[in-house]
Amino acid sequence: MLADTANWHTFVDAFRFIGNNPGLLATKTVEQIELSAAALGIALAVALPLGVVLGHLHRGSGLAIGGSIFGRALPSLVLIAAFLPWLGIGFLDNMVALAVLATGPVLTNAFDAVDRVDRDAVEAARGMGMTELQILRRVELPLAVPLIFAGISVAAVTVVATATIAAIAGGGGLGDIIVNQAGYRLSGVVGASLCVMALSALVFLLLRFVQVAVTPRALRETTVGQISAGKELR
Amino acid sequence: MIPSFGQGSSCVTGNHVFCWDWVRDHWHDTLGPALVQHLELTAIAVGIGFAISAGLALAAHYLRMLEQPIGIVATLLYTIPSLALFQLLIPFTGLTWTTVEIGLVAYTLVILFPNFVAGLRSAPPDVLEAARGMGLTRQQVLLRVELPLALPAVMAGLRIAIVSTIAIATIAAYLQPDGLGYPILLALQEPTPFKTEIYAAGALAVGLALVCDALCVGLRRALVPWARKGLA
Repeated sequence: MLADTANWHTFVDAFRFIGNNPGLLATKTVEQIELSAAALGIALAVALPLGVVLGHLHRGSGLAIGGSIFGRALPSLVLIAAFLPWLGIGFLDNMVALAVLATGPVLTNAFDAVDRVDRDAVEAARGMGMTELQILRRVELPLAVPLIFAGISVAAVTVVATATIAAIAGGGGLGDIIVNQAGYRLSGVVGASLCVMALSALVFLLLRFVQVAVTPRALRETTVGQISAGKELR
Repeated sequence: MIPSFGQGSSCVTGNHVFCWDWVRDHWHDTLGPALVQHLELTAIAVGIGFAISAGLALAAHYLRMLEQPIGIVATLLYTIPSLALFQLLIPFTGLTWTTVEIGLVAYTLVILFPNFVAGLRSAPPDVLEAARGMGLTRQQVLLRVELPLALPAVMAGLRIAIVSTIAIATIAAYLQPDGLGYPILLALQEPTPFKTEIYAAGALAVGLALVCDALCVGLRRALVPWARKGLA
């Protein structure tokens, strides 16, 4: 299988591969972004409202914590393989698997963020006569935004990175090149790996930028620093 | 005949959802060894990662200017998809166990290093002041005050690192026929995915992770009974 001799020159060849195949790489990158966006969209639609409402009610911490433990313990390969006999090879199987993967961090952080909002602030709002919906929208959510967004960032980076594995189940993307050394040789594999790396780093940096932008100015000093500690908030 | 299906029962040849007899027949030649390999992959990676993070964290503890660069490199490292990281190492270390372990160690660093640093920093200033006032040397402060107080954060990091490494180690099967990912890849390469093998190996991987998670929680309770939940 490893017909090419592998050494430093592989990287030179890899860059040559990138230079010679911009169209192929662009198509595969777009496939990977489409798959990731669809999966993240589903996860957000399910987990975000659930986490926020549970956090507001201060109920279901077990679900949120369990979600985070299970989310970490579930290998992406197992998820993709587990749905495959039922959903068949292709986009759908990978989308569902990646959506499940993304649900963990989004749900946990959304719950945690709203749950830990200063109770005095919420009481004060209630004393001022705000309805529950107003409390949620005008007090809890603004204070919770940084942490909620941190969860979304983690989920997004995880999904984009993991989508590489989707190739094993016909999900397309840059992984198609990475798992097909027979077709693209080691230079293609390494070239595509460099592209995947650049893609996820780009997504990560972009989200960091957006995270600072969506954080209310008064919170920037305190919260962003804590969150930049990264993936693991618990 | 497809090797993994074997000459099995009607359940196996019919590829039903889960066939206990296949699991029983192939425990000794497939699932058992894969589980042991998976544990080895994880233990070696976490062990080496722990030692490296401890060293780096101590260096960063005394030379504060090191912390940010190491932290940034570690975070960027985490964004690299595991499959891509393994492939990028192949030009240097080939399709070997070393490649797999370097990749896995890299991911444990990302989790362990920040936790080590946070732990070392978690000693309250007045406690350090008191220790110094009692005449403890810098080394004594580290050994008797800072390290014990760092234990809860270190344990929390270790727990996450172990569970994550067990999950990522399934990807190692793309390079080496080792670990619980390998039976899954084989099952996926059948003309129709072989369900029992997927679910048995998958359940073992998830089960292993959950058991290790519970063990870490128990160990932490025994070692640092003073640290309440959620502190680290």
